[in-house]
Amino acid sequence: MQFKAGEKMKGPRTLMPVLDKIIRRTNFEEVACGYSLGEAQLEASRCLDCKNPKCIAACPVAVNIPKFIKELIAGDLNQAYYTIYDDNILPSICGRVCPQEKQCEGACIVGIKGDPVSIGALERFLGDYSLENNVLEDRTITENGIKVAVVGSGPAGLANAAEMRKMGYTVDIFEALHDFGGVLKYGIPDFRLPKDIVTTEINRLEDMGVNFHKNVVIGKSITIDQLLNEEGYEALFLGSGAGLPSPLGVPGENLSGVYYANEFLTRVNLMKSRKFPLFSTPVRTGDKVAVVGGGNVAMDAARTAKRLGAKEVFILYRRDMDSLPARLAEVHHAIEEDIDFRLLSNPVEFIGDNYQLKQVRCEIMELGEKDSSGRRRPMPTNTFITYDIDSCIISIGQKPNPILKESTTELKVDKWGRIVTENHQTSIPGVFAGGDVVSGAATVILAMGAGKDASIEMNKYIKSKQS
Amino acid sequence: MYEIIEKRALNKDVDIMIVVAPLVAKNAKPGHFIILRVDETGERIPLTIVTIDGDNVSIIYQKLGYSTKLLGTLAVGDKILDFVGPLGKEAHIRDVKSVLGIAGGVGAAPLLPQLKEYKRRGIKVDLVIGARNKDYIILLDEYKKICDNVYIATDDGSLGTKGFVTDVLTELYKTKTYEHTIAIGPLVMMKYVVLLNKKYNLPTDVSLNPVMIDGTGMCGNCRVTIAGKTFFACIDGPDFPGEEVNFDELITRQDYYKEEEHVCNLKLVKK
Repeated sequence: MQFKAGEKMKGPRTLMPVLDKIIRRTNFEEVACGYSLGEAQLEASRCLDCKNPKCIAACPVAVNIPKFIKELIAGDLNQAYYTIYDDNILPSICGRVCPQEKQCEGACIVGIKGDPVSIGALERFLGDYSLENNVLEDRTITENGIKVAVVGSGPAGLANAAEMRKMGYTVDIFEALHDFGGVLKYGIPDFRLPKDIVTTEINRLEDMGVNFHKNVVIGKSITIDQLLNEEGYEALFLGSGAGLPSPLGVPGENLSGVYYANEFLTRVNLMKSRKFPLFSTPVRTGDKVAVVGGGNVAMDAARTAKRLGAKEVFILYRRDMDSLPARLAEVHHAIEEDIDFRLLSNPVEFIGDNYQLKQVRCEIMELGEKDSSGRRRPMPTNTFITYDIDSCIISIGQKPNPILKESTTELKVDKWGRIVTENHQTSIPGVFAGGDVVSGAATVILAMGAGKDASIEMNKYIKSKQS
Repeated sequence: MYEIIEKRALNKDVDIMIVVAPLVAKNAKPGHFIILRVDETGERIPLTIVTIDGDNVSIIYQKLGYSTKLLGTLAVGDKILDFVGPLGKEAHIRDVKSVLGIAGGVGAAPLLPQLKEYKRRGIKVDLVIGARNKDYIILLDEYKKICDNVYIATDDGSLGTKGFVTDVLTELYKTKTYEHTIAIGPLVMMKYVVLLNKKYNLPTDVSLNPVMIDGTGMCGNCRVTIAGKTFFACIDGPDFPGEEVNFDELITRQDYYKEEEHVCNLKLVKK
């Protein structure tokens, strides 16, 4: 079914099938099931093909959205995929995890009077199509024999490595953990991003000739200085992310039963403790779980706790529902899965018995004037409420890891530990950086964009050094 | 993959293993540790680096939990799936004239590289070493090479003084003084050594071995309270001033997964 020009706005959004909200609480299967070709083309036909497409401008990597949508409608799926791939090497991942309502879909003209075109779902459809059918653009790489190193195999590092490799560089990616993908592997749960998708995308980079090295902690196993001066790398890209959990800074934070989301999610995702004891890393939630924070990580932690069997899972967030920074879809899915939102609640103390967590005490907040983030500032009311809990997962943000800085005195960082850059160039010549390690915890697509942009600067730097 | 080129039993529960790991050996210093994962389903476990020789790194482990028992089933020629390091801060070697090392059980392993470094710098080194019985006193010959005096305590009196290291220390402090001490062993031992040393105004460095996953500052599982502030043992430690450590909190954190450990051990019995 196709809509005629005048009818386009009338067509309702094609909803993506999702797993039953009761059944999915007991498994880690992906919740959103993806479009069929028919559904994708039906949804694509809602695009107005605007003269001045606002969606492209709202995309951090400027994917040519109207073009791939037209190609999708015409049935040229390979070309539609190539169009995305030109700007985004990981469409099946970004289609799943981008905050589309704040980017492309937020700017979509169709969205003014109704629901915007489901651009993310279409991107995902094409990404999955390419993975399932092994559709890859045939690009010959002309080797230039010049070595570059990429630190971290998360979204920033992967994007940078792919671009550098396309230009002909010999690319070595160093990863501290035993598996590649960074936050895509240890952070985002399977029910939102199945791990085999990440693995397949990484295998494709390997096929392109990118060399992946696990178990190497740059700054420890080998330093930045050694990479540049002993190992013959002409340039480095630091994409080590923001992996250090931000503390709440309240009494009782080190009681047994208080997790940082990083630990909780790493246990479940990277170490596969949801399959304990087949996998030998355990995880324990108990019956009552509080999750502190309102972002994607908090939603991931809460929904994971539910799936591990916790009976009562609630979010503690110090602002209101409208201020939640998480993707809209994740909030909806969390509500469907019976996650309770206890809003305007600010944890002020963890109470334990013999160092074992028993309760969390929260101050009730009210919203005051707008702050620098444009959101109304939560203000204390001096009224308190205490909840009995078995565990708590703190998910209020991450900072860059200090290992690189501590082992590299010349590397300039700001007071939050973020690497200071100018045009992606750090304070050390030949060392570039991008992604969360520069911006602080942000999104997959912004990190990928930074990795890609940095590759252009790295290429310029190497070329200028050689001429 | 990381090949095991040597393996020797130090007693029925404790082995020493030499593993080829060039990128661990390259920058390793006394006090650093590694994290290993035996196989695809395994846990990540931290172990102190005992010696470095070229590309080779030695580790000593006690086959206490599931993962160390699994590690113990590997033989020379086998390969460990993941082996990453050096992690942590290198030991802070103090500018002193005399130092006393205090080792409990398998804690003798992480203590050895530190005392060796003191000895190398010409500092007088003594040792008090304790264990359940004489079979569990490990690395005694190595220690005898670097220590002026070695004092031994066993719970059953099968070697040295019958009693705990704290009993030996109480006796020792009647006649000798030291500028500095380093205590490494079970948390309870370190806690009581610190309490005793405080009475003599003797500073005690301790090396902590909390549960870790990544070992690079990411998960926060290994956090410890030092002088009321939170530190991550993996990137801020593992060595800390013992006087400031909240041992009781750490002991509770260490035991958090005790039941699950039991479940895992049953798995090993089935194998």
